[in-house]
Amino acid sequence: MTRWGTHKIRLLTLAGLFALWEALGRTGLIFGEALPPISAIAAAAFNELAGLAFYHHLAVTLGEVAGGFVFGVIPGVACGLVLGARRVLGAAADPYIAALATTPKIVFLPVVMLAVGIGPGSKVALGAISAFFPVVIATVAGMRAIPAVFVRVGRAFNLGRGQMVRMVYLPALALPLVTGLRLGLGVCIIGVLLGEIKLAKAGLGFLANDYYAQYNFAELYAIVAIIFALAAFANAAMSRLVRRAEAHR
Amino acid sequence: MPGRLAPALWGLAALFVLAAALEALVRWGALPKLVVAAPSDTVAAIWRLAAEEGLLRALGATLLTALGAVAAAVIAGLPAGYWLYKHPRFGLAYRNWLGALFAAPLVLVYPVVLVLFGRTYVSTGFMGFIVGFIAVVLYTREGLAAVPATLVRVGRAFNLTPEQEFWKILLPAGTPMIFTGIRLGTIYALVNIIGVEFLINFGGLGFVVSEAYDKFDIPGMYGAIVFVILVSGGMLWVLKRMQLWLRPA
Repeated sequence: MTRWGTHKIRLLTLAGLFALWEALGRTGLIFGEALPPISAIAAAAFNELAGLAFYHHLAVTLGEVAGGFVFGVIPGVACGLVLGARRVLGAAADPYIAALATTPKIVFLPVVMLAVGIGPGSKVALGAISAFFPVVIATVAGMRAIPAVFVRVGRAFNLGRGQMVRMVYLPALALPLVTGLRLGLGVCIIGVLLGEIKLAKAGLGFLANDYYAQYNFAELYAIVAIIFALAAFANAAMSRLVRRAEAHR
Repeated sequence: MPGRLAPALWGLAALFVLAAALEALVRWGALPKLVVAAPSDTVAAIWRLAAEEGLLRALGATLLTALGAVAAAVIAGLPAGYWLYKHPRFGLAYRNWLGALFAAPLVLVYPVVLVLFGRTYVSTGFMGFIVGFIAVVLYTREGLAAVPATLVRVGRAFNLTPEQEFWKILLPAGTPMIFTGIRLGTIYALVNIIGVEFLINFGGLGFVVSEAYDKFDIPGMYGAIVFVILVSGGMLWVLKRMQLWLRPA
């Protein structure tokens, strides 16, 4: 199978999907006005990107994602180090972390809103809760996979706790940690945007919900497409980091 | 067994100590009752929600929606995965797309799904279906592609028809991997369904959390959230047991 063959299939598939969407959108055959043609969505996306208001909402979302990521990752790594280093503690916490990690984080939004209000703080907190679990799980798994000989060598050199973290654990953890960070960033973005959709005054999630409430469907589809593109970009950037960590092994 | 039991007992003991500390902090007024519900009130609220406010009916609605979504995902995803396995050119071309979609924040398309299907069980079910479908297609293709070539050659030596080859060789050999797809699809479907129920105030468990918050029923809200965590953890446990049963050690 040539590379060109793969590209050809992909290009033809995309062209076919776009043509079908455009035809359905123009004729209103299945969903009527609820499915705008691709050309209208592309025009709406262009208008969004050309206007200043979009960048205000983008900045709000990026700020909340950055805050949520930092506040989720730091305790996530710290807890992961502790739970990974203490076997019994880790085994005791495992089922609770697994259950909480599987729970849809958006249901914690009411608690967060009661605690920190309905402003950007609640989105940062929801992003942090979302990012925390993949990071803690990846760190614990990474800690458990560290060869015991590394730890014994560290102890033989009488390293202190801080030195053990800096010189033994963190270097050995680079790969699982960046993998956890990649997953954590993905769910942090979801947490922040869902929080914005539910209740906010600014941000891309708010913008999408606003367009939905006003029946501006082409703009809604455009915002969702832009959000997907941004999330894919963030995922690609983090995947690059993962590959670099793999190369360093 | 005692080796496994000890961490579980430590975990339970820690949970009780934390709950007792929280109870004391709320009772003494160190934590405001309008923000944090005492654990005893939370447990009582779960009984009240079950007896008076249809918590079990909501659980049934969520689980039935998830079951329908996953069943549809399997019915559509298995043949799609098989087709991609049988047509490796397409399998290769679409594999990365499916991987990217699996990692994409698909829950964020829910406003678009609402535009198409309204605030109905079709919308919540569809949000579960899309993640489940992608997981099943992805893992079915991977699972079938990983079936040892020797097994397939033995089948051909016995002149099996393609149908016999699928039922007698490919499906049994690929089942563990295919079930991994179904397991992940089920978990993601449940997360999406409860999340969307919460966001649109409709349907099962997510709706119960949202309604309790709207009514400012703080113990009820905490009770509903704890119940969602229990259901998520329970589902995870059941799926893990099923996977162990399918892959005997």
